[in-house]
Amino acid sequence: MDLGTIFLELTGGMLTTIQIFLLTLLFSLPLGLVISFGRMSKIWIIRTLTKIYISIMRGTPLMLQLIVVYFGPYYIFGMTISSSYRGSAVIIAFALNYAAYFAEIYRSGIESMSAGQYEAAKVLGYSRSQTFFRIILPQVIKRILPSITNEVITLVKDTSLAFSIAYAEMFTQAKALAATAHNVIPLLAAGLFYYIFNFVVAMLMDYGEKRMNYYS
Amino acid sequence: MKILEMNHVKKSFKDTKVLKDISLAVEEGEVVSIIGPSGSGKSTLLRCATFLETMDDGSLTYVGDPVVQSVNGSASYGSKAAQKKACGYFGLVFQNFNLFPHFSVIKNITDAPIRNQKRDKAEVYREARELLAKMGLSDKENAYPCELSGGQKQRVSIARALAMKPKILFFDEPTSALDPELTIEILKVIKDLAKENMTMVIVTHEMSFARDVSDRIIFMEHGMIVEDTTPQALFTSDNARTREFLGKYHNS
Repeated sequence: MDLGTIFLELTGGMLTTIQIFLLTLLFSLPLGLVISFGRMSKIWIIRTLTKIYISIMRGTPLMLQLIVVYFGPYYIFGMTISSSYRGSAVIIAFALNYAAYFAEIYRSGIESMSAGQYEAAKVLGYSRSQTFFRIILPQVIKRILPSITNEVITLVKDTSLAFSIAYAEMFTQAKALAATAHNVIPLLAAGLFYYIFNFVVAMLMDYGEKRMNYYS
Repeated sequence: MKILEMNHVKKSFKDTKVLKDISLAVEEGEVVSIIGPSGSGKSTLLRCATFLETMDDGSLTYVGDPVVQSVNGSASYGSKAAQKKACGYFGLVFQNFNLFPHFSVIKNITDAPIRNQKRDKAEVYREARELLAKMGLSDKENAYPCELSGGQKQRVSIARALAMKPKILFFDEPTSALDPELTIEILKVIKDLAKENMTMVIVTHEMSFARDVSDRIIFMEHGMIVEDTTPQALFTSDNARTREFLGKYHNS
């Protein structure tokens, strides 16, 4: 089995992996912002609940969270779970988990903004939401981009955890292939794929950082 | 015509009474300086007038429009819409400029008038360029705040405040973050505005500047107005505390 054949065999899995990656970001980046608002809320109960949420999401293994999200409906509510739920379970678990990390990154950025920016915006007649989205958030994104890059790169590798509920992403396939062929090359090919994927991610994020370097 | 009127304004932070019954009025075209030692409540007074702090009691009127009223011993603020309207009466220049770093100079000046006052884009840009020319910053239109000196930043922030066409302009220690040369630069800009009859209230530690530019000087201490009078009268005051405070500046 040469590398070309292996890559061909793994193509479907690679697309699934990329899909998990993109969908997770699509849901967790906005959800993280909402959670960070909850974490900074003036209302005690909201703040506390969000704190507990973040604590659990960061304090337990993602693999366990995947299993809970996938099997939970059956064990807790007695619902029958179809195999088509598998894909959704992966995205739900990943999005919930990554949103917790992103929330803390957003919070660090938002809390680092000076009160003067809010005050200047208020005096100039910006509404609260305008102030946030027009004045604060663009500056926050610039500040937190390096931390976001870290998480995004971790996410690329974490997609392989979907194998724990037997979801057919690339790593699951590579493992199966390696087992039937009695050969480690599929696993090396998988490693190469993750490396290239992350190389591209890092390049894109670096480009994004440079794009925002026009001010300090 | 009175542009600003504040009556019996009181403000406490926790148990500290920062403003104890402050009343003042500013006529159209008048330049009023507020001086006094640190912690005397000067900045808090300005922040109460610009809604950055909520006063506990007292009333606030802009151009005859009662914005805050005293009801049963506490300050009653109008609706959100009324407050937003009142925000259109004044501009505020900060000690630390507080320019938006991700906006270019011209965008810092034009964004709020276009977006929040819904004014014509071309007209706002034309006026912004006139303001920049007046501030000697025509060549900095597309620069970002991080590329400017402190004095240039402060001139941009004055232009930004003026672009909103305020009836009154507040300055909160506008030169305290600047070195002596840049301070002179900013004070000249304020003097020019005074010549154009801009109504201004300036919290400052620049005593000789306050004497030269002001129609009136208010000396504050411990959250109270000690004296509210002409520069000539203040600098020849018989009040022992005033003499002591001004004496320190004369000697330094």
